[in-house]
This record gives sequence, C-alpha cells and structure tokens, in this order.
Amino acid sequence: MSTDIKPTIHGFLARFFPGYQLKDDDDIFSLGFVNSLFALKLVMFLESEFKIQVAQEDLDIAHFRSVSAMDHFVERKRA
Amino acid sequence: MELLLDDAARSAQARARTFVDRAVMPFAAEYDRDQRVPTEHVQALAAEGWLGKDISSEYGGGGLDPLSFGLTIEEFGRGCSSIRSLLTVHGMVTCALARWGSPAQRERFLPPFARGAELAALAFTEPSSGTDLSGVSTHAQAAKDGFTLSGHKLWITFGQLADWFLVLAQSAAGPVTLLVPRSAPGLRITPLPGPLGTRGSMLAELGFEACFVPSEQVLAKPGLGLSLVGATALDHGRFTVAWGCVGIMEACLRHSAEHAMQRKQFGAPLAEHQLIRRLLSDMTTSLRAARSLCLHAARLRAALHHDSVTETSVAKYFAAQAAMRAAADAVQIHGALGCQPGQTVERCFRDAKVMEIIEGTNEMHQLMIADLSLQDAAQRRGMAEAARRAVGGT
Repeated sequence: MSTDIKPTIHGFLARFFPGYQLKDDDDIFSLGFVNSLFALKLVMFLESEFKIQVAQEDLDIAHFRSVSAMDHFVERKRA
Repeated sequence: MELLLDDAARSAQARARTFVDRAVMPFAAEYDRDQRVPTEHVQALAAEGWLGKDISSEYGGGGLDPLSFGLTIEEFGRGCSSIRSLLTVHGMVTCALARWGSPAQRERFLPPFARGAELAALAFTEPSSGTDLSGVSTHAQAAKDGFTLSGHKLWITFGQLADWFLVLAQSAAGPVTLLVPRSAPGLRITPLPGPLGTRGSMLAELGFEACFVPSEQVLAKPGLGLSLVGATALDHGRFTVAWGCVGIMEACLRHSAEHAMQRKQFGAPLAEHQLIRRLLSDMTTSLRAARSLCLHAARLRAALHHDSVTETSVAKYFAAQAAMRAAADAVQIHGALGCQPGQTVERCFRDAKVMEIIEGTNEMHQLMIADLSLQDAAQRRGMAEAARRAVGGT
C-alpha cells in the first residue's frame, strides 16, 4: 500500500499524459488526453493502490479532478 | 485445450456445459427462427440460477469468480448467442447496480435480479447515438423528487421481455442513469423484428414521453452516469461478449471438424484436403488465442487490477474478429449446407457479425487499444529519460 499519495498518483497518471508535465492542480478531465475508459481505470487504481472503497456517496467528479483533489480524497477515506 | 483450472472453475464450467447441452442448444435454432425465447425457457434459466451467477451470494446470487463466470458464459455462447445476450444485458445492469447502487438500491433490486424473478436490460443506444454514447439525446428533466424522461432508445436487447431498464440520459448536470420499470407511465415498448443475428434476443424500441422516474431509481449522481456507471456496465458486457465469441468459435470448430471427417469429395474426406485443413488449423489457433486473452482478462478482473478494463477490450476486439473469421470459414467448409437456415454454422455466421458491433465496434476498440500502445511507449520514453537524468546527476 502506498503512503506517499501524490507521487503514486502522478506515477499512474503519467502514461495518460504523454509529453505533459502534470501539475498537482491541473484538471485532468479538461486536458483532452483521456478516453472513455479512463475514469473507471482511475477509480480501480485508487481503490487497489490505497486500499479504499469508492462508494456511491463518493461519486463526485470534484474528488477526481486533480492530483490534489485525489490526495485529499484518499486521505479522507483512509482517516 | 487444457486450461489448468482450479476445482471451482472446472466445476462451474461442467455445470454450464451440462445445462447448455440439455436445455439451450436443442432450442437455439427455434429461438433464431421464431425470433423469441419462450417465457418458460427464461424461467428455467432463472430457476437454475443462471441469471445471477456473478451476483454476490449476499444477495442470493451464485457469487462466481470472474474466471468461473467467463467459462460459464463461453458455454452459453457455444450453445446460443441469443441466450448469451440475455445473460449479458441482465448482467450489465446488475453489475452496475452492485458497483454503484446505494445500499437501498442494492437491497431492492439485486435479490430479484439474482433469482431472475425480474429481468433487466440496458437502454443506452439511440437512433443517432451508439458508439458515441456521450451524444445521447434522451433528456432527463429535473422534477420534484426525480426526473422526467423524454426521448427514444433503439435496438434494446431483450427489451420485449425486460421488467426494468437502465436508461442513459442527459440531464442539466450531465449524463445520468436511471432504472425505469416496464410499467412506467409514459414508456412505450415496440418490438423490432428481423435483426441479422442473435435473432432470439427480442429487440425493442423504447419511447419515453413525460416518463417520471423517482429519485430513488437514479443510479449514482448525475454527471457520472456514463464515465462510471455506463463504463462499468459496458466493461461487463465486453467481458461476456468476448467469452461468448469463444463459445461461437468452439461451436464452429466442432461442427466443421465433424463435417470435414464425414463429407467426401474427390474420393476423400474433406479432412484430407489440405486447404480445408488449413481452415481448421487457423480456426483452432484463433480459438486458443481468443480464449487465452479472455482468461488473462478474467484473472486481472479477479485481482481487481485496473488493467482489466483495457485487457477486456483487447480480448473482446480479438475474439469478435476471430469469431467472425471462424464462422465464415465454417460456412465455407460446409459449402451449400452451411448456407441453409437451421444450420448451426449459418446461425453462428450471422451472430458473429453482431459481435463485431455490440459493446464497442471493432473500430472503437482499435482506437482504445492504440491509446494503450501509445501510453506504453510514452511511459517507456519517460522512464528512459528519468534514467538518463539520474545517470547524469551522479
């Protein structure tokens, strides 16, 4: 299980954003790189990597919009 | 082909094989000819638990792991693609519910769906929106305590039978998925006869006119209806269609090999003609490759690995094309007989063509798989760059 959340998320996202240095607060859904399977893969990655369960009540796009948002979301779920 | 399965998977496969041989395959030509599956046959499927095999035992389902479930679906694909389609669409809705439903929604819907007491179907496709589901135009207007639906859905598999529809619509807050009962006022269901393949899948057109759907039947928050709920359902659909294609290929190979041994031309069985042997060897190899891709996807799904999504896409893309080729070759081996209505290979040929279109066309999967290849290349390039920087820094 990863404890260093941001670098781990950056590591996962890097392959989806070739040639782009993703910043913590970039809106990953507005950059135009991702396809229709991305959101599902992202949720599965967060669940398996950080041992959390993303439930229906967590389904707010704001939680997944940026590396910073995901960092806060994972911290909250693990608290 | 020895698959080195564990006892659970081997047992699930054997049970499905026995049921399909006894209760599905003998009726497949009849479903195809009559363009329907009799209600009592659906009830027989339900009574033996086949409609809930992948639903958690907590809700009364069979609780099969992905590998056992996939092998089960292959058997149904071998027997009848229309019945396999029923398992697919019902499963697409139940898996989306199991994943993204509220506790109350799961309690309400999963037990009757697992028992097959109520049937579910997916209502995403529209006259002007199929591959690009972001373009659906069915409108969900926010109303007091729910939404009001207006619009049309087309080619809804088992729409003539389903008790519930998972409908994808556009709302002011983005895509939204809603569970709509067959009896909902404002919903009109019209049978669509005569499809090319999976002719027993009882297609229907749905028309919504001021059809009210209460909030408790909205699945997940509006805005994520397509990217998460829809993607989960489609991912499940691709997994089952991929395995169903393996079943089609298995049926084609068995019939072709049998025919090649029996039919004589130029004084020798077809099986002794080299060009026929080539078709059989290509069919065998493609079948094994498709099944291996499906097994790989199943094992990733069992591990809940995020790569399962793309590997399922790869398996579906390959298996659909391979099934189409195998079915075409099977018809070729059978000659005029293979063009006759009622022949298994003739039905497989029509069914296989449908597999190249549903749950993502070949072309849609090509785009997604190309993304995967380019992402891998970018990742390798990034790692090489990082390594160069590290060496330079020391």
